Amino acid sequence: MKKFINAPEEVVREALAGVGAAHPDLRIDIENQLVIRGDAPRADKVGLISGGGSGHEPLHGGFVGLGMLDAACAGEVFTSPVPDQILEATKAVDGGAGVLHIVKNYTGDVMNFQMAAELAGDENISVEAVVVDDDVAVEDSTWTAGRRGTGATVFVEKIAGALAEEGGRLADVAAVARKVNEQSASFAVALTACTTPAAGKPGFDLPEDEMEVGVGIHGEPGRRREKIQPAKAIAETTVSTILAAKPLNAGDKAIVMVNGLGATPLIELYLLYNEVAKLLAEAGVEIARNLVGNYITSLDMAGMSVTVCKADDELLRLWDAPVRTPGLRWGM
Amino acid sequence: MDVALARAWIAAVTAAVTDNADYLTQLDSAIGDADHGVNLRRGFTAVSAALDSYEAATVGDVLVKTGSTLVSKVGGASGPLYGTAFRAMGKALPEATVDATALGKALRAGLEGVQKLGAAVQGDKTIVDAYEPAIAAFDAAVAGGGDLHAAAEAARQAAEDGMHATTPLQARKGRASYLGARSVGHQDPGATSTWLIFKALAEVTA
Repeated sequence: MKKFINAPEEVVREALAGVGAAHPDLRIDIENQLVIRGDAPRADKVGLISGGGSGHEPLHGGFVGLGMLDAACAGEVFTSPVPDQILEATKAVDGGAGVLHIVKNYTGDVMNFQMAAELAGDENISVEAVVVDDDVAVEDSTWTAGRRGTGATVFVEKIAGALAEEGGRLADVAAVARKVNEQSASFAVALTACTTPAAGKPGFDLPEDEMEVGVGIHGEPGRRREKIQPAKAIAETTVSTILAAKPLNAGDKAIVMVNGLGATPLIELYLLYNEVAKLLAEAGVEIARNLVGNYITSLDMAGMSVTVCKADDELLRLWDAPVRTPGLRWGM
Repeated sequence: MDVALARAWIAAVTAAVTDNADYLTQLDSAIGDADHGVNLRRGFTAVSAALDSYEAATVGDVLVKTGSTLVSKVGGASGPLYGTAFRAMGKALPEATVDATALGKALRAGLEGVQKLGAAVQGDKTIVDAYEPAIAAFDAAVAGGGDLHAAAEAARQAAEDGMHATTPLQARKGRASYLGARSVGHQDPGATSTWLIFKALAEVTA
């Protein structure tokens, strides 16, 4: 393992200290491993918090700021945060209008956020939780833990954050978050495994000529392993799986993200975006807005994910609303 | 079991998860996200520190403190699940000394806590696959007149068998379920750490 670290067990805290040094408008609580908006709590504004294991940067700490999250809870690498942290974050952002928990659908994340919501309830804070489960590589059935939460989390945080910023009530902010999740689908392909600082070696071995299809964001193997193919064919598999799960009609508008998983250069992500855009154009779908870059990563995994969200005028208006965070910044 | 024995049990679990941290993480890297051993080692190290400075009056105090510390320090699914298990066990044992029958009931309360939170049943390739047969064997040994050690030894053996039985299963809960049929052929890390907990109980009651 070669990494720019001092000690594996200090990676999360030292990186958070770096976030604080780079972004003085954010408040960092090192003890509880929180990134908090400098002006939180804001009176009468619904507080938005999210969190999860570390290793997905810029998610979630990079999306704290005006128009997006009020706080993010950083767990250990690929391990969900604990209820105490989530409770502290909830208290730090509650301005009296309640707090929305944005939770990616993993067994541990759901349990820890649920326990934190119960503790917050004991302190008379209104909490609503929205569980994001957009990864269509996983079948949603009673025989699995359900679909994973991946790329759509970025869209949920942006759009729900915008509604909260303009004064939306807790029920409405939760409703728009659920709508974004329901209208989104993601699919990912990896070319290499990633290495957690604690494990020190890649999570799985992948031969030079093979790829993992249908991976998540925690270095776990995917649904199947195949021979590597040209980007055009990988894009076809990706887009057809997404459209099969969440069909779009000709004339529909969409927000589309081509996301790197940590070790894929932008030149390849743009090449993939070109393929994805052609395929969606053939299906009659208009890409109304897009993101190309590293937004929800899996440490140093070479790979990419595509997320497609069906968008109407309301979602596009909220998407375009001003945002000022380390990871997304426009409109101001 | 008295307070000193409860402390010895948790100390033995701490030693076992520390010694087996790499093994658990290796099992988890095959079908999960390669952190089970690291997380339990971090959690039980914190438990050990918390218990050192804690005045426990009852067996339950030791176990509730263990569970609360796990919930606060581990994260992931194993923190809430094992934390809830030890808390539920502890709440069922508000005495300075408890007999094997009472401990059997407490172990079952722990399993109920795990199942309430995780909704897993036997055969899903989880903690439950080692835990459920272990307490069935524990209760059967007590009903047959066995003492605490005999019951714990029966539970250890049943947990070990249950752990091995997870290998051919396809996971239906937790992160391994995302792999579908690819989870078959791998021993479940959670069932393995549950075996370590029962193994520690058998050792300290010998």
